[in-house]
Amino acid sequence: MNRWLLLLVAALFLLSLAVGPAWWPWRLGTEVGWAIVWELRLPRATLGLLIGGVLGLSGAVLQGWLRNPLAEPGVIGVSACAGFAAVCAFYSGLAAAFALALPLAGIAGAAIAVALLMGAVRSGTGTVSLLLMGVAINAIAAALISLVLALSPNPFAYQEISLWLAGSIVDRDLRHLAIAAPFMVVGAVIVLGVGRWLDALSLGEDTARSLGADTKSLGLRLTLGVGLMVGAATSVAGVIGFVGLIAPHLIRARVGFRPGATLVPSMLVGAALVLGADIAVRLLPTASELQLGVFTSLVGAPFLVRAVRKAHAAWLAT
Amino acid sequence: MSTTGSAISVRGLVSRRGHAVVLDGIDLAFEAGQVTAIVGPNGAGKTTLLRHLAGLDAPSAGEVELRGQPLASLGAAIRAWSIAYLPQAASAYWPLRARDLVALGRLPHGADLSRPLKAQDAQAVQRALERVDGMRLSERPVDTLSQGERARVMMARALSTEAAVFLADEPVASLDPAYALETMTILRAEAARNACVIVVLHDLGLAARFADRIVVLANSKVAADGPPSVALAAGVIEAAYGVTFRHLTVDGIPQPVAWER
Repeated sequence: MNRWLLLLVAALFLLSLAVGPAWWPWRLGTEVGWAIVWELRLPRATLGLLIGGVLGLSGAVLQGWLRNPLAEPGVIGVSACAGFAAVCAFYSGLAAAFALALPLAGIAGAAIAVALLMGAVRSGTGTVSLLLMGVAINAIAAALISLVLALSPNPFAYQEISLWLAGSIVDRDLRHLAIAAPFMVVGAVIVLGVGRWLDALSLGEDTARSLGADTKSLGLRLTLGVGLMVGAATSVAGVIGFVGLIAPHLIRARVGFRPGATLVPSMLVGAALVLGADIAVRLLPTASELQLGVFTSLVGAPFLVRAVRKAHAAWLAT
Repeated sequence: MSTTGSAISVRGLVSRRGHAVVLDGIDLAFEAGQVTAIVGPNGAGKTTLLRHLAGLDAPSAGEVELRGQPLASLGAAIRAWSIAYLPQAASAYWPLRARDLVALGRLPHGADLSRPLKAQDAQAVQRALERVDGMRLSERPVDTLSQGERARVMMARALSTEAAVFLADEPVASLDPAYALETMTILRAEAARNACVIVVLHDLGLAARFADRIVVLANSKVAADGPPSVALAAGVIEAAYGVTFRHLTVDGIPQPVAWER
């Protein structure tokens, strides 16, 4: 299955280089054509690939850790906290002072949200408490963002930020890629090795520990890894929701529901989803290009509804 | 009491939860090749004792020792390899395939389910499934199993570790008599493999029939400890449970029946 997914991702990556106001820009054979490829399309496609990958992987990791199919960076407020921290870095002038401030702030915000969540929601607790916690974290982050914007002397702050928060990878250049990509890659490497222990957690925390899982260090590792991935992704692309929900959802039944087995395929499906969505927003006949995050929410929210109904049915059955 | 020859032991074990003292200075040594049943009223600290033996809780005072070595000083890997733990009402959060679930018991041996199992791990999984008569369940997702079938698969998971110490917390709760008898037979077979089997039970009759030794816990302390005829003797269990018993004997085995409050 991974081989087919890899092929799909590769095909979408190439398509992402090709699609836009100028189709197949390399065919132009001119300097402008190559500039479009190198300076516009390549950063955009690479960011789509990486951001989709880390969001899919983060969803799979959080779901395995919390043993809840609804855990997802967007739904539970991790992305929103990363967004808030990035907004702070932006309007305090830190981001202008040094470029890494933006991803670092995003990472800190995401890690804090994950830590809060791990503290408040005991692993394996019900869907309802997880979603309520997500609602609370999302609401706090949104309120704090509004507060920061109200304090900002820049009259266009609101418009700028609401557009940015809606999630997009348009007009990102190689510098954006350079400051975010290393963090995303390191975060992915940190969490990719935890599959065995996520498998063990299928049996609950006590049994997992009796099988040798060090759940404390595992929690720290996941907080750091997810923080790096979601924080860096959000700081360059805003909030792109539901990818972390849909990707593992599409994979799980095909790998026998084993959490560790969902990690790599979820990463690939996540990359395919964001690359595909980013191609779709370019092709849709909207007056101005639809924000990527808006598109993933439109497609993804029904998945959440379905998953909640399923979880509810399972809860009723027990 | 010498504890060097025992498989696992506790010395002066004190366990506090908040201000409450759950276990108050417990000294026990458990032998390999024996089934030891831990019985006692609700809240006596049976599950807590098992959790300490499994290394899941840290003692407030005293020590747990595995073959004379302090458990806390051994790494998580050695502990997992030496002690299998079957919690009360064991369940799975995802509908894993039964065979995959049983294979989780091989994690302490280095198995990784994302790769094909090594021959010795695959054989141990097979043996465990055979011991619980669960071969025909092996390909089924666990959410399609009945409660009794699921309990077998969970038992097989713990057996597949093939650890020196086997801890089971009320493995027969909510099982029908046939499953309950089968479970106890499986635990006896585990002891015959020279494992040290420690099992928390509520059914005194089953404990008397299948255990070599019974430890009665009451009020955070050991109220009685010995072979069934001693630990379940008249007077002992009345004091522990606060009810009267009719002391029946079947084939020379005590089968006390709780009678009146």
